[in-house]
Amino acid sequence: MNLIFENIIFLSSEIILILTALILLMLGAFKKKNSAKIVIYFSFIILIFLSFLEILIPWNSVNIFNNSITQNGFTRLVKAMIYFSSSFAIILSARWLIKYDDKAFEYPILILFSVLGMSLMVSANDLITLYLAIELQSLPLYVLASFKRDNAESSEAGVKYFVLGALSSSLFLFGSSLVYGFSGSIEFDGIYNNIQALETNTAIIIGLVFILSGLIFKISAVPFHMWTPDVYQGSATPVTAFFATAPKLTALCMLINILYGPLSGMQESWYQIVFFVSMASIALGTFSAIRQTNIKRLLAYSSIAHMGFALIGLLSFPNFDGVQSLLIYMLIYLATTLGVFSCIISLEISEGESINEINDLSGISKKFPFTAFTMAMFMFSYAGIPPLGGFFAKYFIFRSAIESGLIFLSIFGLLLSVVGAFYYIRIIKLMYFDEPKTIITKSLSKSLSFTNIVCIIFIVFFIFIITIAPITELTKNAAIALGN
Amino acid sequence: MFPAILFYIFSATIIFSALMVIFSKDPINSVLFLIFSFVNAAGIFLLAGAEFLALILVIVYVGAVAVLFLFVIMMLDFNIENIKKETKKFLPLGLFIGAILFLEISLMIYTPEIFSNEFKIIGKYQISNLSNTEILGNLIYTDYFLQFQLAGFILLVAMIGAIVLTLRHRDYVRRQNISNQINRDSKASIELVDIKLSDRGKNDN
Repeated sequence: MNLIFENIIFLSSEIILILTALILLMLGAFKKKNSAKIVIYFSFIILIFLSFLEILIPWNSVNIFNNSITQNGFTRLVKAMIYFSSSFAIILSARWLIKYDDKAFEYPILILFSVLGMSLMVSANDLITLYLAIELQSLPLYVLASFKRDNAESSEAGVKYFVLGALSSSLFLFGSSLVYGFSGSIEFDGIYNNIQALETNTAIIIGLVFILSGLIFKISAVPFHMWTPDVYQGSATPVTAFFATAPKLTALCMLINILYGPLSGMQESWYQIVFFVSMASIALGTFSAIRQTNIKRLLAYSSIAHMGFALIGLLSFPNFDGVQSLLIYMLIYLATTLGVFSCIISLEISEGESINEINDLSGISKKFPFTAFTMAMFMFSYAGIPPLGGFFAKYFIFRSAIESGLIFLSIFGLLLSVVGAFYYIRIIKLMYFDEPKTIITKSLSKSLSFTNIVCIIFIVFFIFIITIAPITELTKNAAIALGN
Repeated sequence: MFPAILFYIFSATIIFSALMVIFSKDPINSVLFLIFSFVNAAGIFLLAGAEFLALILVIVYVGAVAVLFLFVIMMLDFNIENIKKETKKFLPLGLFIGAILFLEISLMIYTPEIFSNEFKIIGKYQISNLSNTEILGNLIYTDYFLQFQLAGFILLVAMIGAIVLTLRHRDYVRRQNISNQINRDSKASIELVDIKLSDRGKNDN
């Protein structure tokens, strides 16, 4: 009994999350009026609370539940980031959801379950837990993608995401069964030790490739990126905001967990795969985004390119500086993305329906100067203009790449980020120098402007925040904790 | 002796019913033969001492998958002639894939050294006197307790998802309200009306 309690105390944030989700489910089922509103704000508060809890808990490394869960500084920081970004993704959807259906209290609850899956994905320490956590994370996402069930595009997005997601899960499962079969262990430490003991084993390399394909699908990097634009376009805009933030971060950190943990002995096998994926994602994301007319498709391609940049951080293995720069990159990416979506959701072409086309943005600076200004700042940040956050994100990534001798990849990435600046700055040109074409109203939502202001403060004053707040310290400690 | 006889009976029935799945004219019969072959395969698992697999096969395949098949076939309106034509078109491909599978299996059987050197599978648990179900139960409810709970949450999410995507509240649908039904008594539902004799004639019309 004592033993179980000692284990459970380290899972306290997950348990609070589960209890919240279950209680809110009951509350929503039995309360008739305004259930969506109450559930949204309650889950927002709980997630913010949990993210502070994760940062404030002492960062000891422990392995619990028979070695199937590990908690250390890295997982705690990533979990805090996941909780924080998901809480903002939830309140971004408040106005839309209440307009759409004020009894749809399941929406935030599905997000809560997905967040639970994410936090377990990050801290999973064996293949079975990892697989179950991946499923728990992605099942709610499929439902969320087709949440607007009367809309044909949304249903299409849901079906596409579901079928391809199931395919990627099965690839991952097949790979892990090969790794288990030929290393004889499902625990990460056991796999690591057994791989060290074996000579080159072809079957494990095949398993590694399958596992990597499954995970690369989740971060939507290049060979497995095709679902992203369709799913982003079809889903409701607040759902897209959620898709573009926390799941990406989680899958990247899981990739780090696996590649730096059990499969670190096979570095020469995965290094070239990650190198190719990163380069191809940057190139394809950048060049395909140029021709998009739909703003959500544009953001989808831009997220593919950003994942490519973030993956560069993985390549500084066995040096753990790359992990630190990746965490900073993702932190800034999350803030910028949430900010962009808060601008997009607040601009409506009709009641409860946010803008779709890039051209809808033209000339909004005259009518809504503040929204246009924040949107411009986020776009500059995406493009990497100093002194905004996005510049520092790219700076840290490329610094770690150059320190580990990846000169070619750094030059390639820098050149393509110049190309990428074209379509970000085109949006600014549309907003400030073109004549308005469509009639756009702005929704007066407190939660949207709150998110917008938080994100804009983070992005614009990042240079000051990084000197005051212990961001570098936190990420560095996390990377060190991962290394031990 | 007795297990051997049983084994031959089961395998002969499996082969027979598998052939009947392909050759029977009515798709319903095909599905019923499929179920029959599943049940017999469960029998073979029992003979091999894998009683848990046998139970799972019956519960999952017979109880869920095959019934789903039956539902789908009964719902859809099949034209058997068209399907026959399609079959002829895909026959070469099917034979090709079948031949590859056959080759693979016979390779596995006739070259036992494939299991030896490089492709060695390392087992961890020793075989004990316990039955499969007992061993699995011991593991799932102790070492893999957390994973068991996680699987439960996945099922919960699946349920919520199905409800979210399919349940529609329509205003014109009259739903049963049990507490209203129970709380009804004779006073609320029966009204005694005094009818004057002179009115009776009018009401009858």
